Amino acid sequence: MTDRARPPTGAAAAAEEPAAAGGRDAVVDAAAAAARDAVVEAAAAAARESHAQIVATLIRVTGDWTLAEDCAQEALVQALQRWPADGVPANPAGWLTTVARNRATDVLRRATVERRKLRELATLAPTEDAAPRAGEEEVVDDRLRLIFTCCHPALALDARVALTLRTICGIPTADIARAFLVTESTMTRRLTRARTKIADARIPYAVPAGPALAERLPGVLAVLYLLFTRGYDDGGGEPAFADEAIRLARLLDDLMPGQPEIAALLALFLLQHSRRHARRDAHGDLVPLDRQDRARWDHAAIAEALSVLSRAGEDGPYALQARIAACHATAPSFDATDWPAIATWYDALAHRSPSPVVALNRAVAHGYAHGPAAGLALLVEARAGGALDGYPLALAAEADLTARAGDRERAAALFRQAAAETHAEPERRALLDRARELFP
Amino acid sequence: MKYMMLVCTDTEPDTDPSPEPDIYAWVAENDARGRRLDGHQLAPQTAATTVRVRNGELLVSDGPFAETKEMIVGYDLLECADLDEAIEVARTHPMARGGRIELRPFAVFD
Repeated sequence: MTDRARPPTGAAAAAEEPAAAGGRDAVVDAAAAAARDAVVEAAAAAARESHAQIVATLIRVTGDWTLAEDCAQEALVQALQRWPADGVPANPAGWLTTVARNRATDVLRRATVERRKLRELATLAPTEDAAPRAGEEEVVDDRLRLIFTCCHPALALDARVALTLRTICGIPTADIARAFLVTESTMTRRLTRARTKIADARIPYAVPAGPALAERLPGVLAVLYLLFTRGYDDGGGEPAFADEAIRLARLLDDLMPGQPEIAALLALFLLQHSRRHARRDAHGDLVPLDRQDRARWDHAAIAEALSVLSRAGEDGPYALQARIAACHATAPSFDATDWPAIATWYDALAHRSPSPVVALNRAVAHGYAHGPAAGLALLVEARAGGALDGYPLALAAEADLTARAGDRERAAALFRQAAAETHAEPERRALLDRARELFP
Repeated sequence: MKYMMLVCTDTEPDTDPSPEPDIYAWVAENDARGRRLDGHQLAPQTAATTVRVRNGELLVSDGPFAETKEMIVGYDLLECADLDEAIEVARTHPMARGGRIELRPFAVFD
């Protein structure tokens, strides 16, 4: 963005403030602009609320993914055209559903499809409840079908994430492309390929039943987790994706109550998200956990997470991560954290779903809980096989443990080595600062 | 929906020591349920012949089109409601563990 394109601010804006005589138009314009903003916001909120339902139902009835997405998009465009003049309707989501349904009916009528589809389409009531009605448990929510189909393991993982964002969340293809660091046409092709595979291989539009559900649910949660972490990627992160992941986890938790790992994932998201305002300083640099201002954490989100966590079970991989995050979230300070409890949960996590990063975090936790020697011993284990070679966080962890064990000179050298492996400038600087503090 | 199930070898078979499912029981069950229409083991790659026609000239050569470590050793033609059912059939074939299975849906023409 160039300076010229930026709206005038501060003194410059005051200087451009129109004189009293010409001011009335400006006031009217400002009021109109505010009204327009309110309409756009109402339309966006209604679209967020109803998008998945509209698309999911249109896909079930028509079997046509592109048609469903286009009709939902068309409804939003019409809302933005008509609501500024007509006013926001009493039931915005119902309005969007009706327009999308009518649009689909028009298209299908022109294509002279079977009468059955049109009849079914007509039964898609504009005020259809989002939540499943009591006593109708056997009715599977269309949104649930859509989620399981978008996250089907027969699709490539990238395609699953992209399709979830596009079809369920209604994120524009251009925004998804930017987050994946590809061009819009590449992303369009990727989405088309995924929809074609669904049709050609006949991936069912269904929620798996019986034992298959337990096999497939972790894959769905993995897509949500990836979506969430995309929101936090340094540099190319799309913060909106984290919000979408939370909305989807909430939806899943509503639609499939009694699944402890869904509750665990939602709690984990809420806890990690509760630190979003404290994770970066005024310059946008990453602030490590021990230096975050805990007053800036979102305590309402933490309270909700703790309540959700009570339904999350004990030993699922997301439950263990959520418990660790909850322990941090409720600790009065970094030093007053219950490290022995965190170390125990990392032991369980390392046993349940081992990975090099879990092993590293386990070593760090044991270092705080049981002394630097215990941490260093586990770090040696974590590094066996070379999985953490050249990983700056492993070097920084070793440096920190070495410093606390008393060898300042070696710790400083390790911090410098970690800095050399780190690409992000602020993190690099922070590591060099620590080296200088220890051994100038 | 018809799926061609290609049964292939794999350089990294399953290491689970429990016994693999019995192929005869697999065939009997899926034939009885009408999900397997046809199928057979294939002779080794050394028996393969590749045929091409280029500018009207017949080119016949020894061996498979592409030499790969993972080779097709058999096929089964399935009739399933959808991909999930085909996956359920494939997962119980012994070669899902000893090798790998590729499911190829028949092309659909409008």
